[in-house]
Amino acid sequence: MSIEIANLSFSYGDRLILDGISFVAKDKELLSILGPNGTGKSTLFRCILGLLSKYKGQALLNGMDIRDFRIQEMAQVIAYIPQSHYPSFNYSVFDMVLMGTTVQVSTISSPGIKQRKLAESALERLGIPHLKQRGYTQISGGERQLVLMARALVQEAKILILDEPTANLDFGNQIRVLTQIKSLAKEGYTIIQSTHNPDQTFLFSDRVMAMKDGKVLALGTPSDVLTPELIQQLYGIEVELQSLYEDKARVCIPKSIIEDDYQQFCS
Amino acid sequence: MRKMNRHQVVVFSLGILLIFSIIISIRFGRYPIPGKELLGILLSKFYPIEKFWPEQVEIVLLNIRLPRILLACLVGCCLSAAGAAYQGVFQNPMAAPDVLGASQGAAFGAALAILCYRNSTFITFSAFFFSLLTVALVFLISQRARGKTILALVLSGIMISSLFSAATSFIKLVADPTDQLPAITYWLMGSLAGAKFSDILFSIIPMSLGLIPLLLLRWRLNVLTLGDDEAKTMGVNARKIRLLVIICATFVTAASVSVSGMIGWVGLIIPHLARKLVGNNFNQLMPAAMLLGAIFLLFVDNFSRNLFTTEIPLGILTAFIGAPFFIYLITRKGESF
Repeated sequence: MSIEIANLSFSYGDRLILDGISFVAKDKELLSILGPNGTGKSTLFRCILGLLSKYKGQALLNGMDIRDFRIQEMAQVIAYIPQSHYPSFNYSVFDMVLMGTTVQVSTISSPGIKQRKLAESALERLGIPHLKQRGYTQISGGERQLVLMARALVQEAKILILDEPTANLDFGNQIRVLTQIKSLAKEGYTIIQSTHNPDQTFLFSDRVMAMKDGKVLALGTPSDVLTPELIQQLYGIEVELQSLYEDKARVCIPKSIIEDDYQQFCS
Repeated sequence: MRKMNRHQVVVFSLGILLIFSIIISIRFGRYPIPGKELLGILLSKFYPIEKFWPEQVEIVLLNIRLPRILLACLVGCCLSAAGAAYQGVFQNPMAAPDVLGASQGAAFGAALAILCYRNSTFITFSAFFFSLLTVALVFLISQRARGKTILALVLSGIMISSLFSAATSFIKLVADPTDQLPAITYWLMGSLAGAKFSDILFSIIPMSLGLIPLLLLRWRLNVLTLGDDEAKTMGVNARKIRLLVIICATFVTAASVSVSGMIGWVGLIIPHLARKLVGNNFNQLMPAAMLLGAIFLLFVDNFSRNLFTTEIPLGILTAFIGAPFFIYLITRKGESF
C-alpha cells in the first residue's frame, strides 16, 4: 500500500492552491501533514481521494494512476475520515458505521448480517459499543470522530486519510482520538492525517510533512523536521522548542510571551 | 430468521393498518355498503355466486368507490415516497415533491388541456407530459449553472416553477369564465372525485417504474444524505444515484399530480411523521412513508367525500390538516430536526 505524489499542482481558477507537491507515503506509516489553515491540505486530500481530477502532475496509488480508479475500487483501497460534522439527518451511531460497508453490497441491496457484525466489532475496537443506539448528532464531537473512524474501519480499506481529526475537540478527546490513530498505524494501516498542532505531530507520527502556501517545506522524521525555524516559517511566530523526557516529546512555547513575563519579572 | 427490530414492527403494523383502512373506507359513503354484500361482490369476481345484492350497489362499489380508494392510496403513497426521496438527495428536510417544479408543470399542462380540448384523458396526459418536461428543463438549466449542483437544481426549480405558475395564471385570464375557468380552478385545488379505473391504469406504470427503484435504492439514499464527497469516498457514485432517484421521484410525482391535481403538504408532512415513527434510516423510512402516505390520503379523501353533501377539494383539506400538524411537529418538545 503506497501513495506516490509527484510534482502535483492544482488551481481553482487562477488561484494556485497546490504548487508542485511531491512525497511518498510508505506502507504502514503514519504521516502527518502540518501546516496553517488554508494552505491546501484539504485540497491535496481531495486530489488523493479522487474527488478532484483536474490537477497537473502525477498521483499514484499502489503504482496506478488515481484517476484510473473507479469510485468503488477507490473506496476499497482508501477510506476517508472527515472532520466530525453535523449531517442534515440524525442517524443512529450504528447506522452511521454501517454506511461504511456500502461498497461491499450491491447497489440495490442493504448491508446484511456479515456487515452488521463488522460494524459491531469496529465499535468494540474503538471502545464505543455503548454508543450503538445513540443518535449521531446527539453525541460529543470526540465521540463523533471515533464513530467516523469506526465507519472507515468497516470499509476494510488499508489506507486511512484523516482531515484534521482533532479540530474542535477538547484536550482529552484530542489525545484519545490520536492514541487510537497511532494504534491503528501499529496494526498495519497506512495513515495520512493533517493537523496544525506541532506538539501533537511530534508525539503522534512516524514522519511529518510541513506545508505552507501549497508547497512542501520539509519532510522527514519529527525530530529532524520540527525546528524553531520551521515553526516560524509556517506560522510566523517565534517559538522556543523544549525537548522533554529525552526528546520523547517536544513542546513549542511562543517566545514573545516568555520574554514579556521575564522583563516584567526583572523590572 | 432475525428478530424484527422496533422500527420494522412499526412498518409491519402500518401495512396492517392500511388494509383495515381500505376495508373501512369501502363501507363508508353516500351509499353505505354492508359487509356481507361487499364480501359477496368481491368473491363473485372469483367464484360464481348468485346475486343477493342490488345491481346499483355493485356499480357504486366497482366503478366509483373502489377506483377512488385505490387511487387515493396510490397518490398518497407516491407523493410521500417522492417527498422522502427528494429530502434525501437534497440533504434538506424541507424538500417536497414539487421542489423541481413537477406540480407547477402539471398544473400548466392541465390548464392548457382544459383551454384547448376538454377531455379528461387528454388533461391527464398533458399534465403528466408537462410535469416531466418541467423537471427535465430544470435539470438541464442546473447542469449549465456554475457552482454547487444541489443549490443550482433547487434554484432553477424555483425559477421554472414561478414561470409555469405565471403561464397558468395567464391561461386562467384568457379562459372562458363560465366553464373553462371553474374547471381549471377545481383541478388546481386537487380532487379524486370522478376517479376511474382508466386513471389507475394510466398512472400505475409510471408509478411502479418509480416506486420500485426508490425502494431498491433506499440504502444508497442514506449514504447520499452525507453529501457527494463523503458518499464517493464510501464507493457510491453520488451523481449517478442522485440522477436516478430524481428521475424516479419525478415519475411518481408527475403520475400522481396528473390524476389528482395539486395536492400539497402530503409530500412534506408524511415523510416527517414517518421520520418520527421509524427514524431517518431509509431502509424503514421509505416503506413507512409510502404506507403512511396511503393511509393519510385515504382518510382525508374519506372526509372529502363524506363530511358535507358537496365535496371539499382534497388540496384544501390537506392544507387545513397539514399546516397545523406541521406546526405541531416543529414546535413539539423533544428531539430536534
